[in-house]
Amino acid sequence: MIRGKNLAEKILNEHTIKDVKANDFVICEVDICFAHDGTGPLAIDQIKKLGKESVAKPDKTILFMDHASPSPRRELSNTHLLMRSFVNQTGIILHDVGCGVCHQIVSESYAKPGDIVVGADSHTCTAGALGAFATGMGSTDIAVAMALGKTWFRVPETFKIQVDGIFNKMVYAKDLMLFIIGEIGANGATYKSLEFSGSNINVMEISERMTLANMAVEAGAKCGLFSSDSKTKMYLQKHGREEDFRDVYPDENAKYERNIDIDVSKLSPMVSCPDTVDNVKTVDEVGDIKVDQVYIGTCTNGRIEDLRIAAKIIKGEKKHKNTRLIIVPASPKTYMEAIKEGIIETFIEAGGVIMPPSCGPCVGVHQGILGNGEICLSTQNRNFKGRMGNPEGYIYLSSPATAAASAIMGKITDPRGM
Amino acid sequence: MVLRGKVWKFGDSISTDLITPGRYYHLRSNLPELAKHAMEDADPTFSSKVKKGDFIVAGKDFGLGSSREHAPIVIKLSGVGAVIAHSFARIFYRNAINVGLPVVSCNTDQIDEGDTLEVDLERGILYNITKDVKIKYQPLPSLMKTILEAGGLVPYVKKHGDLKLV
Repeated sequence: MIRGKNLAEKILNEHTIKDVKANDFVICEVDICFAHDGTGPLAIDQIKKLGKESVAKPDKTILFMDHASPSPRRELSNTHLLMRSFVNQTGIILHDVGCGVCHQIVSESYAKPGDIVVGADSHTCTAGALGAFATGMGSTDIAVAMALGKTWFRVPETFKIQVDGIFNKMVYAKDLMLFIIGEIGANGATYKSLEFSGSNINVMEISERMTLANMAVEAGAKCGLFSSDSKTKMYLQKHGREEDFRDVYPDENAKYERNIDIDVSKLSPMVSCPDTVDNVKTVDEVGDIKVDQVYIGTCTNGRIEDLRIAAKIIKGEKKHKNTRLIIVPASPKTYMEAIKEGIIETFIEAGGVIMPPSCGPCVGVHQGILGNGEICLSTQNRNFKGRMGNPEGYIYLSSPATAAASAIMGKITDPRGM
Repeated sequence: MVLRGKVWKFGDSISTDLITPGRYYHLRSNLPELAKHAMEDADPTFSSKVKKGDFIVAGKDFGLGSSREHAPIVIKLSGVGAVIAHSFARIFYRNAINVGLPVVSCNTDQIDEGDTLEVDLERGILYNITKDVKIKYQPLPSLMKTILEAGGLVPYVKKHGDLKLV
């Protein structure tokens, strides 16, 4: 019997002329490619070096200004000028300052089940939540993908992650993903595709699937993939593009390099401790850690569902007097929904600072850089030394629930006690 | 191609944040200036002491994190001949080849700072001259080898007029 294909093989197979299996080298057509203000300028330079003055698919090529947005200094303002000029020259799509985090916008407005999405940002894997083969690359690979409409891949082997059980109260997809990364390690899935399935995944909303897909790269993986289903359809409907739905799922007799089974009913809130994402502990094990700053936002956990969870805990409370609370909605749609639902009011009344839809302080460029010796608890995906702009700062990672509880108490706090 | 140089040794999990810190984000449009801060948060003195042709030798998962291609670019601009690590993060590995920076994946436990190495990229042999030890490693897959030999992905595509598997 011919063995079937897993999700990665199946999607890549549809985009190339030969029959693919794990470990093959293939050239694939790409459906969507994008870069941002940190990686786009270099991609533009490389397109020019290729001798190209246009891109292959202008209506599928996107630039975002989200990492330094609005610009904190003139060098970056000039970078933005360069990007706008390239957009005018080529007719590609631009999401200018304030238009949200690239991965959130790609999921809301562009990626479809079965697409190949490549982006000059490591968290491009986020769109795997919609059943797209989405992966991050560098500027030069993206330059070639933009210019020629194609790229090369080594077809990854796949880990099948079977997730069953029901989450306990105050335990979320973020806790699950931190647990998985703690188990397999920050390089435990290098070059692999993570394919999520199971009874827990079947009932999980796209928002939380995006959190899992987003952090696939934190285990070293090339992508984090989900079959498309009724949840995908509902998500596309919500964003006005129901017609973009199609069924994408692995073959029944697909081959997997490794099977990992997880019962989420055994999980409690998790925290990743400095300076590597796989340094994961349960919130009880972390002990008394005071926090100087709490950041709720990013492509990992800056969606309306995340803000609702945090607001529910914070409502009627005040942030701790020694803790700064920074909130960054991941997109304008998220921001508007949060305003309409009174969530922004809740955060402001609690003493929080709201910043425009962008990457915010996650990348260490502006808007919340840590002081020497300061500790931040963030809902972002990385806690490397120096990540938030100061190598003398310390970053812990958690779910929005744990972050919200910690903002009130001024120390890392189990949200189940709130 | 055979490379020869001296070793600067680093540990495991050298992230792209350590190689190219986010606080120098504004220098990404000025690569020679950015290169003065190469590896700064892993070793603040690195760029002042590295010499042309030297090697960075590291442990597991070199280059993890952000896809910023500026990381292999500043390493190359600082004169480093190749990065030799026990293992690499996926995006960094591909970026390094794309910008023409050789990468060698092999066991680095027996290589120490200050050792002099000779690396035969064609045959996949690393000779530690200081310790008189030879290490065989798996050379690059043929596509990546051809891209590297062309000097990176842009010269490779220009040479072939297209993106082709060779």
